[in-house]
Amino acid sequence: MVADGIKPWCAGISSGTATGWPLTDWLEDIIMRQQGVDFYDQWVAHDVPFNDPKVADSLDELGAILKNPEYVNGGIGDVSSIASTTFQDAGLPVASGQCGMYHIGDFYGSIFPQGTTIAEDGDVFAFALPVWEAGDSMTTEVGGEFATAFSDRPEVVAFQTYLTSPEAANAQAASTTTSRVSPNSGVDASLYPSPVSKLSAETLTDPSAVVRYDGSDLMPAAVGSGSFWTQITNWITGQSTRDTLDAVESSWPAN
Amino acid sequence: MSVPEKFGQALLALAIFGVVLLVVLHIAGRTSTRAPRLSIALFLGPALALLGIGLAYPAIRTIVASFFDASGRNFVGPANYLTLVEDPTMQRVVLNTLLWIVVCPVVSTAIGLLYAVMADRVRWEVLAKTLIFLPMAISFVGAAIIWKFVYEYRADQPGIQQIGILNQLLVWLGGQPQQFLTVEPRNTFALMVVMIWIEAGFAMTVLSAAIKGVPRELLESALIDGAGPVQQFLQITVPMIRSALVLVLTAITIAVLKVFDVVLTMTGGQFATSVIANEYYAQTFRFFNSGLGAALATVLFAFIVPIVIYNVLQFRKARIS
Repeated sequence: MVADGIKPWCAGISSGTATGWPLTDWLEDIIMRQQGVDFYDQWVAHDVPFNDPKVADSLDELGAILKNPEYVNGGIGDVSSIASTTFQDAGLPVASGQCGMYHIGDFYGSIFPQGTTIAEDGDVFAFALPVWEAGDSMTTEVGGEFATAFSDRPEVVAFQTYLTSPEAANAQAASTTTSRVSPNSGVDASLYPSPVSKLSAETLTDPSAVVRYDGSDLMPAAVGSGSFWTQITNWITGQSTRDTLDAVESSWPAN
Repeated sequence: MSVPEKFGQALLALAIFGVVLLVVLHIAGRTSTRAPRLSIALFLGPALALLGIGLAYPAIRTIVASFFDASGRNFVGPANYLTLVEDPTMQRVVLNTLLWIVVCPVVSTAIGLLYAVMADRVRWEVLAKTLIFLPMAISFVGAAIIWKFVYEYRADQPGIQQIGILNQLLVWLGGQPQQFLTVEPRNTFALMVVMIWIEAGFAMTVLSAAIKGVPRELLESALIDGAGPVQQFLQITVPMIRSALVLVLTAITIAVLKVFDVVLTMTGGQFATSVIANEYYAQTFRFFNSGLGAALATVLFAFIVPIVIYNVLQFRKARIS
């Protein structure tokens, strides 16, 4: 793409007080691919320090993409524009052809302007971030919702059981008002109205799929919705990989 | 509960409040001549009780909580205060707050004063003053959003349009567009501009009224004694409006100490722009560190108290004289 005169990547992490979160997902996606999900699990649980050298490797990999002025920031500007562009705006240059790719959750389909055809042969489409080396199993980072029961009355249990059924998942899949995707292997993927949801569902229900929750969501709030966001924002505006990871590690709550 | 029921309940509560108020006032009115103590207690009691519940109790609870850990269960001594002093992020938060206190009140008051003097008795005085007073009518969040657009950055590349007026002006003048909000330390000053934009109008209004209160004879006799405009201003006007100046400076300082909306809206406290009020909110309600949050709130309280005391003393002095 660079040879064709197109910046391959666009990125934007501005999101009010949550500024920085899209980069945490980027880093987590790289860690679970490059270092493996076992390491990822240890890192999220803080069994290895946040600033483990392997994490530094992965963050440098991310830097090789996002801090390279040849690669970013398609249709938006230079590297410094990543910090000031909202995550909603950052993917729009993909639709206008000024940018090749944008790393974001599958919800982004609904943000493209009206009239954008989202399909394999349309204006824009999605693909899962590839595996690190050929032969690795596909890993996917997800965010999820829990159906929590606060009572064990029979009707509550019955409804909770229904929610886990393919019937409930199919009814949800057919809805056009939500982009939720079910990992239930009994779901008929053809019911999803959006081709991106269909792709997500196929990725999730693949028997060999490895799925991990968003690490920053699992970490203590002081890190996962605090220092991780702040420090990775500082990182994209110029702070070194080492200082960034050290600062997050030192902010990990003691208890 | 249905909507009419909710309204019914609200009306009922108001009615009960009204009845209680009437009863209290009635008793107070009947007893005032015979038992002044009872009527004083009746009038002051409810106010004191509400102040106690709404102000004193939370303040004490907050100070106590600042000596406990994030969960609020284990006593940690001064550890939270040590964090404020030792942690580089927190040091920056305190430093930013001090910068806000030093810069904003002085600059706002200076601009307000200058404007009040220059606009005094000119032809379009009302219009000129309205223009600078208007930002006062905008909420901090609204003002912050306006300025976020003013500062908006787009790279200077083919096919990319500037959408922020400041960067568009820079480009027209042949300069490079600037990242006003992400490059520290200048981003903190960019945020202060918003506060100054709002508070200068307040300063101008109060000071303009004070200047109009300066007796003409004083200025005329100074003129006869050969004082130029600058000397008149420095020797007559400024001393005459001193109490108004103090009021404006302290009021803006207190407003600046509590600055939260501007920072939250424009940078979310990122890029090293966080201030105490913003960090207190983030620590307490986003990171669930009630101990550190309480310590921040206590420090903010400690910053404000001397200013309030000074203000009260000035007020008393003005009344005595």
